[in-house]
Amino acid sequence: MTNKTVLHAKHLEAGAKMVDFHGWEMPIRYGSQIEEHQAVRTSAGMFDVSHMTVVDVKGEQAQAYLQYLLANDVAKLTEKGKALYSAMLNEQGGVIDDLIVYYFACDDYRLVVNSATREKDLAWLNQVAADFKVTLTERDDLAMIAVQGPKAKAIAESLFTAEQNAAIAGMKYFNGVQAGDLFIATTGYTGEAGYEILLANEKAADFWQQLLDKGVEPCGLGARDTLRLEAGMNLYGQDMDEQTSPLAANMGWTIAWQPEDRQFIGRDALTQAKAEQTEKMIGLVMEEKGVLRAGCKVRCEAGEGVITSGTFSPTLGFSIAFARVPLEIGDSAEVEMRKKWVKVKVVKPTFVRNGQSVL
Amino acid sequence: MSNIPAELRFTSSHEWVRNEGNGTVTVGISDHAQDLLGDLVHVDLPDVGDGFTAGDEIAVVESVKAASDVYCPVAGEVIEVNEELEDSPELVNTDPYGDGWLFKLKIEDEGEVESLLDAEGYEQSLDDE
Repeated sequence: MTNKTVLHAKHLEAGAKMVDFHGWEMPIRYGSQIEEHQAVRTSAGMFDVSHMTVVDVKGEQAQAYLQYLLANDVAKLTEKGKALYSAMLNEQGGVIDDLIVYYFACDDYRLVVNSATREKDLAWLNQVAADFKVTLTERDDLAMIAVQGPKAKAIAESLFTAEQNAAIAGMKYFNGVQAGDLFIATTGYTGEAGYEILLANEKAADFWQQLLDKGVEPCGLGARDTLRLEAGMNLYGQDMDEQTSPLAANMGWTIAWQPEDRQFIGRDALTQAKAEQTEKMIGLVMEEKGVLRAGCKVRCEAGEGVITSGTFSPTLGFSIAFARVPLEIGDSAEVEMRKKWVKVKVVKPTFVRNGQSVL
Repeated sequence: MSNIPAELRFTSSHEWVRNEGNGTVTVGISDHAQDLLGDLVHVDLPDVGDGFTAGDEIAVVESVKAASDVYCPVAGEVIEVNEELEDSPELVNTDPYGDGWLFKLKIEDEGEVESLLDAEGYEQSLDDE
């Protein structure tokens, strides 16, 4: 069975090319994927991300539950509305999913997890919750629209009420607030400023249309992928999965090792993996013709690796990739492209921020 | 629906051929093919002077999504390539039958062109896909 978001009709109306994305019929592009990408880098674009799974976690042990469930430590969150990016690990230290958790109070949090992993995530969340006094509520009554780009905030704010604008005034990156009938967050998956907005399903189509009328370009999953890759953001299932250690997926920074007595799922396996670590994730740049693609083999003096995500970067005009490679890799490597080995540069796995190259 | 000009010939692998009438043909990829590929980012064209037979891999079109071989539709020698595509591969997306042409061939046998699919035959082949 194929799921549809409440914005499905709006996508068809706009002439979107629809694809099956892990059981959801979603727009891959409306017209030119590169133009959609550029709209987000230079102006404003929007994405229907209603397929993502939102789960509210409430109860007197909500904090203890999330401290045990997640590799990052929700105790770092003390300001209302502050968000945290974290991995959710299995006992073997592999990544079940990556997610964002919003803090409202020590007994009140909100999780946003991937759609592709919805079933196993919900099963895991519930299984772990059995030992804690918490209540989990999936918020499938909510749709989600991401508005991103240098002009995105100003345009969105022109649609917010005075009360909503007051509620978000001065809000820093990676925060969220319930303002009237909207939950407005300064998060995103593009490397640009903007908002991710949660709202009631029945209000989503109207809000989408208002953004369209203000000139915000609808963007599909194709542009979403090139934008997140340029911005150095992982995609679950591609750059990490249950067989991958977060340490080998550039997620080491999301693991809270302190305090040492905080036991979280996967901690023991991860401690061992850290001592035995042989691989890391890096960025690759290829300035000649061709496009680096997921699955391409990488070789360097220290051994072999693999590209986990690769694409043509519309902002830079050449190809970029993430690759999992031996720790000792130098500043260049070779990639097998259509049966030829091509020399590539090794860089940090972030390429573009706020419209500018960071290479 | 994709655009299929009646005056062109096609292959089932989505190349189009225009008989220029003087022993030469112009070749490109169909509107359907460019739409399947999405935004093109590179086009690798053959060298002028090289000879090919029908079915040879003669060019590569690469989009954000995938790289795809272009097959030589009829035997001939490359007499011109579309150098505009080096800097503007998107012409293949915006004007596949016009400014987005790929290369021109001097052909030996016009009968080979006639034996390719006509517009109706190509449309039929798309329906069968």
